[in-house]
Amino acid sequence: MSVSAQPRLHAPEDPPVLKVVPARHPWRWVGIVAVLVLAAQFVNGLVTNPGWDWATFARFITAESVLRAVLVTLELTLYGTAIGFALGIVLALMRLSRSRFLAAVSWTYTWAFRSIPLIVQLLFWFNISYLYQELRLGIPFGPTFVGFDTKDLISPMGAAVLGLALHQAAYAAEIVRSGIISVDHGQLEAAAALGVPRARQFRRIILPQAMRSILPNATNEVISLFKGTSVVSVVAIGELFYQVQVIYGRNARVVALLMVATAWYIALTTLLSIAQHYVEKHYAKGATRDREGWKWAR
Amino acid sequence: MGEVMVHLQGVRKSFGDNEVLRGVDLEVRAGEVVVVLGPSGSGKSTLLRTINHLEKVDAGLVSVDGELIGYRRRGDRLHELREREVLRQRTHIGFVFQNFNLFPHLTVLENVVEAPVSAQRRPLDQARERARALLARVGLSEKESAYPRHLSGGQQQRVAIARALALDPKVLLFDEPTSALDPELVGEVLDVIKDLARSGTTMVVVTHEVGFAREVADTVVFLDGGVVVEQGPPSRVLDDPQHPRTRAFLSKVL
Repeated sequence: MSVSAQPRLHAPEDPPVLKVVPARHPWRWVGIVAVLVLAAQFVNGLVTNPGWDWATFARFITAESVLRAVLVTLELTLYGTAIGFALGIVLALMRLSRSRFLAAVSWTYTWAFRSIPLIVQLLFWFNISYLYQELRLGIPFGPTFVGFDTKDLISPMGAAVLGLALHQAAYAAEIVRSGIISVDHGQLEAAAALGVPRARQFRRIILPQAMRSILPNATNEVISLFKGTSVVSVVAIGELFYQVQVIYGRNARVVALLMVATAWYIALTTLLSIAQHYVEKHYAKGATRDREGWKWAR
Repeated sequence: MGEVMVHLQGVRKSFGDNEVLRGVDLEVRAGEVVVVLGPSGSGKSTLLRTINHLEKVDAGLVSVDGELIGYRRRGDRLHELREREVLRQRTHIGFVFQNFNLFPHLTVLENVVEAPVSAQRRPLDQARERARALLARVGLSEKESAYPRHLSGGQQQRVAIARALALDPKVLLFDEPTSALDPELVGEVLDVIKDLARSGTTMVVVTHEVGFAREVADTVVFLDGGVVVEQGPPSRVLDDPQHPRTRAFLSKVL
């Protein structure tokens, strides 16, 4: 290309093809190098520092006692989630119902169970038999038909499930409620105008749309409950965290056994996150104008 | 024209201390097309929503095909109906919303089939067959497995009309059906409504489209300040309005 002294109004040739030089980002490279160096140091430490004691880790990661404890942890999570969310849905519907009374009951429940620390609640349920030795069925303030010993009725495991589920329900209620109120009111009106029965309005029209905002929060709660089950170690239930404590109490390999628990928590949380991905994909049907990609609808 | 299909007597409705309807009387006969015009805030939409009990009236009576809506009369007492009974009554009254309100997570066909199956307990394959016929009627046969968000506004509103028709309602109510549409999409929706009018569907249409009212309405009702100011055939109300408020409104919109 030559530089002409005279500017021309009508260029006879095509506009010049100019090369685009991308902007440089030197600090990005500095950052990448710094992170890589730190990561390499960490991995090096994992391998060379004998304190991690990988031999012990390998011995206990699939030990029968640990596997049994993982099962207990999963059981606690499953019951806590199932009962917690079932109760949470009922509480959310009560809170949104036209009955002021039901709404007040639901609000009070949430207030109470969000106010009490989980660990305090667990200890309370664990010790309930000191407070009420016997549960009696009968006419209030009148005669008793049957009585149960509270100790027989509520085992330590039962107390733990009860505590986790009741705690979870308070949070689940708010998550479900936030999902329901995020659905456009016109949806409920359209369903009502079509005469769709009330239960069906909720199940078929409102809930699937609410699920989109419920799911990320609910998964958070499930994961947090999953790890939160470690709290029930205070009432001596053989879940994962309690079990590794028992083992390192015996052999004093604290770090290796904490890593055993950590590895299981990470592995199972990863599974939950993957499940979340697919469930969210299911509920994203029709959510975007773009037929192929639901990516931005995540 | 047939017997009285929709009958409103002295209907009143307030929101807080704002009285939106101040005693409205209206008669719609079977096969009649009534177009309700009026300035915004005149109570047109509220009036329409009292007919299917989306709004509970404070006073007055609403009946469709001789059946009192929302209440049961015993002597000189009105007993409020339970929600289930109100929902059953609504299956006889089709309603088309300004914002379509299609169910976005259901396909077009599922949208149309939902109420016949769940509210009228029709067998699914029979409801599907009927839904396909209705989609063909509104010109959307090839869209049955699309989701609402994949359709234009005009197409969505036509699906909403098919959805309302699927219940075989005695009367069809339209709440500003073209107000949320781009101008070039208004025509396709109005064409569908005109087609329904020609086939003898009883309709009450709240709209701003005066041209449509002139072409399709048997009766034009002019509502202002929560009362019916003037009503009659379009030739009289639109071309020779008697009331100064009707004249003022028409001079603004024409």
